[in-house]
Amino acid sequence: MPIIEVKTEITGNVWKVLREAGDKIAEDEPIIILESMKMEIPVSAPESGIIVEILVETDQIVLEGSIVARIDA
Amino acid sequence: MKASVLVANRGEIAGRVIRSCRLLGLKSVAVYSEADKDLSYVTEADTAIAIGPGPASQSYLKIDTIIKAAQSSGCDAIHPGYGFLSENAEFAQAVMDTGICWIGPRPETIKAMGDKNQARIIAAKAGVPIIPGSERFETGSIKNISNAAQTIGFPLLVKASAGGGGIGMKRVDTLEQLVPIAEATQSMALRTFGDGSIFLEKFIPWARHIEIQVFGFGNGLSVHMYERDCSIQRRFQKIIEESPAPGLDATVQKKMADAAMNLCRVTNYSGAGTVEFILNTEAQTFYFLELNTRIQVEHPVTELVTGLDLVGMQIQHAFGNLETLDQEMISTTGHAIECRLYAENPEKSFLPSPGTLRRFRLPTNSHYVRIDTGYCEGDTIPHYYDPMIAKLIFNGTTREIARQKAIEALKGMEIDGVYTNLNFLIACLEHTDFIAENVHTNFVNLHIKELVNI
Repeated sequence: MPIIEVKTEITGNVWKVLREAGDKIAEDEPIIILESMKMEIPVSAPESGIIVEILVETDQIVLEGSIVARIDA
Repeated sequence: MKASVLVANRGEIAGRVIRSCRLLGLKSVAVYSEADKDLSYVTEADTAIAIGPGPASQSYLKIDTIIKAAQSSGCDAIHPGYGFLSENAEFAQAVMDTGICWIGPRPETIKAMGDKNQARIIAAKAGVPIIPGSERFETGSIKNISNAAQTIGFPLLVKASAGGGGIGMKRVDTLEQLVPIAEATQSMALRTFGDGSIFLEKFIPWARHIEIQVFGFGNGLSVHMYERDCSIQRRFQKIIEESPAPGLDATVQKKMADAAMNLCRVTNYSGAGTVEFILNTEAQTFYFLELNTRIQVEHPVTELVTGLDLVGMQIQHAFGNLETLDQEMISTTGHAIECRLYAENPEKSFLPSPGTLRRFRLPTNSHYVRIDTGYCEGDTIPHYYDPMIAKLIFNGTTREIARQKAIEALKGMEIDGVYTNLNFLIACLEHTDFIAENVHTNFVNLHIKELVNI
């Protein structure tokens, strides 16, 4: 099964990490919530699968295009 | 020695307060986070003090740090701007307790109006119509929700108590939809905000957001500076504001102004404030939304049509140097339109777009264009704060003249480095419904395909 990289489209601060490695996740379900420009922006699973790893933690700044998680889809 | 004012804010509003201080012959002190150290307001102030790292919680929201900055620089007063600590009663009280003059309404007014339920009770007592709503329903306890919904009537909104900025808000059209949506909202709110409580509010599909600018003298007397229409919104955020409200029935306008004045009277309001209403365009009935106890982002619209300096008035009033104005002294001339330029991508659901303004060419200030911005070419718009880059305010003898000037000026702007809503603003101004004065809170949703190239 392919490993999919979940990328963020914007720069922001990781406000909440909602899921953890090993979790089953459905397509479009949020994995983390970013805080950018006073808005909460979910970063969601592009496909359903099992979360292999979460690469960020709360209060970490992530840049546009960076990988925040990997999914075994 | 000149008195000095510390501005507990950043960007365009900090610059705005600094300008009024200069006009009044006062010294100004700016505070800035590490992310803002290169912005123009920092150098425009007579003194500038660093207050911490980028996140607002570690800088602009630190009450102790800001008060210490005011004390160490020998400030006589603090102006909070909007956002951040501007409606924090504890901050207002702490400022006053140190003997520094607080430029804003009394802490007890700020506190009362900040509590949604208390504000509704006070408004109702003042004879101001309030929007029908329910009590709170805690997680897992929605026993009487159907009765509450039927009392309010459909359509209605299920709102998360802890939500904000349009998050945790769902429309319900029928009784059958109610329980599943209420339960889903509770569970989402608990997961997202840690508080699953919700409440119901009547939803008005064809509504306009109209607000009255008020100024209370703290002696029981107050005046209003007429209305602003802020109906063009996306995700409950204002995009275009104008005054006078186009096509607003004179009787409705007067009733709204009277209601706002009643609210000022019962609260013995002191300073600048805005009473927000939602107008049901079909029934021509209006409801109180909230009283904002601060200077509003869109205050320039009112300044352009009335010729008043609202920020200057706030400062003079706080220092006890403002004479009480009579309502007859305030009139409006012409029409003003404000466009909020945001760093966001309308083609991607208005996703924020922080980054560096590689190119940023604005129209020049003139007698019909006013630009309030905290940014210059080369500046970085940090992700820590709101996405507003600039406010572009246009005035003309008529709405149509102001509209045409706005379009011409916006089309001449050049921006590169971040996504912005510039073309979206132009599309709104050029839309036939905007021209026809058919503005309402559903404008953006209804016309999204015509306003955005998706």
